[in-house]
Amino acid sequence: MTAEELQALRTRLEETLPDGAILEVQESGALVLRPDALLEAGRLLRDEEGFDYLSNVSGVDWLDQNEFEVVYHLYALRRGERMLSTGQPDGAPLATGPSPENQLSVAASAEAKRVSAEGMLGPVVLKVRVPRDNPVVPSVAGLWSSALFQEREAYDMFGLQFEGHPNLKRIYLWDEFADHPLRKDYVPEEA
Amino acid sequence: MGNIEPELSPEQILELEQQGVLLTSGEKLKAIEVLYNWGRRQSMWPMMFGLACCAFEMMAAGAPRFDMGRFGSELFRASPRQADVMIVCGTVNKKMAPMVARLYNQMAEPRYVVAMGACACSGGPFHEGYNVIQGVDKIVPVDVYIPGCPPRPESLLFGWIQLQRKIDGQRIQDVPWYGKDGETRECIIPEYGPHGLVLPEKSEG
Amino acid sequence: MTTETVELERIPGKDVPVEVEDLETEEITVNIGPQHPSTHGVFRMMLRLQGETVVNLEPVLGYLHRCQEKLAEGHTYLQSIPYTDRLDYVCSMTNNHAYVLAAEKLAGIEVPRRAECIRVIMDELTRVMNHTLLVGFLLNDMGAWLTPVQYALREREKILDLFEMASGSRMMCNYMRFGGVAHDLPEEFLPLLHKVLADYPVFLDEYERLLTTNEVLMSRCKYVGILPPDEAIAYGVTGPVLRASGVAYDIRKVDRYSLYGELDFDVPVGTVGDVYDRYVQRVYEARQSLRILEQVTPMLQETPPGEIMGEVPRRFKPDAGDAYGRIESPKGELGFYLISDGSDKPYRWRVRAPSFVNLTPLGEMCRGHKVADIIIIFGSLDVTMAEVDR
Repeated sequence: MTAEELQALRTRLEETLPDGAILEVQESGALVLRPDALLEAGRLLRDEEGFDYLSNVSGVDWLDQNEFEVVYHLYALRRGERMLSTGQPDGAPLATGPSPENQLSVAASAEAKRVSAEGMLGPVVLKVRVPRDNPVVPSVAGLWSSALFQEREAYDMFGLQFEGHPNLKRIYLWDEFADHPLRKDYVPEEA
Repeated sequence: MGNIEPELSPEQILELEQQGVLLTSGEKLKAIEVLYNWGRRQSMWPMMFGLACCAFEMMAAGAPRFDMGRFGSELFRASPRQADVMIVCGTVNKKMAPMVARLYNQMAEPRYVVAMGACACSGGPFHEGYNVIQGVDKIVPVDVYIPGCPPRPESLLFGWIQLQRKIDGQRIQDVPWYGKDGETRECIIPEYGPHGLVLPEKSEG
Repeated sequence: MTTETVELERIPGKDVPVEVEDLETEEITVNIGPQHPSTHGVFRMMLRLQGETVVNLEPVLGYLHRCQEKLAEGHTYLQSIPYTDRLDYVCSMTNNHAYVLAAEKLAGIEVPRRAECIRVIMDELTRVMNHTLLVGFLLNDMGAWLTPVQYALREREKILDLFEMASGSRMMCNYMRFGGVAHDLPEEFLPLLHKVLADYPVFLDEYERLLTTNEVLMSRCKYVGILPPDEAIAYGVTGPVLRASGVAYDIRKVDRYSLYGELDFDVPVGTVGDVYDRYVQRVYEARQSLRILEQVTPMLQETPPGEIMGEVPRRFKPDAGDAYGRIESPKGELGFYLISDGSDKPYRWRVRAPSFVNLTPLGEMCRGHKVADIIIIFGSLDVTMAEVDR
């Protein structure tokens, strides 16, 4: 996304979100949000701006600042799909190979027109910081189901508590495991 | 009619054995052993235990180009009860360790374990991982180690031949699992603890 | 508990059938895996069954969790490249590509054209190989025990020969570097590549002739495991599974990374989103990959040999910051999120694994189906457990 598009997006968000919801705009264009504004911002981005695809949820442990951070990467999938189609009618069979009973329709070829608003496809990067001794973050699993497993992984690895997640339990390690391994101060047991 | 052999006295039998005409009882046993081991080594059925990347090289070894089937191991059995060899291909981690031990215990004797790949031999590139067991021989007894990451299918075949040689050298009177007093070696199944694996409390027998 | 009356048919010549009334049934919990012939690696599913029908499915992961993200924080960026090979072990070249793309974004490194051509060739060969293997294993799950797999592995060997020629290794290639690739292609590579490109369509035709209109495959796969397109997007599903559900989103077209902006290829799209669509999708994508390879080979021959590395500092120490680089791997969107703190080791090394996110809708897709269907639904998602568990 270009800087202008990101700026325009940020302005629109600032108009709708409560004051102080966007704490910081980083050099790369990432928006650092207040944790309680995350769900509202997410809803705006998904429903009104068209960022319907949550690609990545990562946890980060900033030990020196005594904070955890959760980073979200959002893309606009349907807008990207529309950008690719150059008007080929749906249901047109493929030219190569035997045509199966179940016909596939063909999307555009590589000479896709560079639409001037081809930006706004993403990524939009949202970051949320919470203190290390109370790592509670609202869960976005209600907005994008792709967060279901990824938030469980962040809980398993960092101990981040996602409020509102329907099934927050460990996903990689066993339930009786007491530590959170990706924390910077994790010391594994002796082999 | 009339082809009844004369009965031989013990002294006559001893003399004939010394001349090499009759087999001694030791030689008879050796012949039986050779036959027994030959039958076992030529039809070892591996268990499907592909954990990670090495599984694909194991499959490639069974594929047309390398063809493990010509060594008798055409059939990969899914059930441990029907398998002879457990080829551990891939990293064994702490969550999987109890399963490995349980599967080993479910296999029937005579059974062998081949540790294929660096991860199964010693933890491999993931040696320092908090969730990785540094070698499957910490859980089950291993007969052949095949290094490599992943080992080429030819390496697996070489390891297979080594295992066959090992079987050839086994003697019926020495192996623990043969005979009326034969015993089955059981592995201890570890349990999940708060910081890693723990060995279970020994129950009073 | 439910009660139902069951009437058995009278079989001529047999005993009088017993009419069973008030049959009480219960839901049972069945565990599949982690060691199971058809779970494509160590994957465990806890099923709750009502008879043969699945009421609920809960996947249990972590049996191949090898702590890669933690290990990478203790290694330099370059030392982590071999670890990326071991993420999706079938497709080591594309894993390398995603990682070096993210690192190049972080450090602002340009890649010369010849290296980009080589990267595209390797990516597309990987895609062809992966899709062939998937078709083989999907048929394996359906009960065509190992025959399609043997065909697939036979063809895979030809592509592995190419990888071995270029990188020295069949599977864990460790071939790409920040700014280019590790070695230039030897002279024998292109003739062998041309031979593979000539033979592969014939093999795909043979595969399709055997399988695509096969009665058993169609009756087992059609209308099984349908994933509607809006749900697919919400679940974050990407790759052939998303496109088979009807959404024409291909990162090669959207992001135009590497040389994909100059190449001409189609993006096949399914209509129903069932297992059958996912099968056909992969065969068609394999054909498109062969089409891409035909276009890139002359582009490669136009570039001067030897220019395979851009300007890269001697010690790779990117400035503090973060970057997310993603590619269209054969399984979906493979992304790397790297955070640098200015040192030569990454502060955070996160893998956005396509198999992990594609696994999210498995429970929903399997509800109401029979146990035998779950196996092929799972097979059609094309999951590699090393990527799921990392």
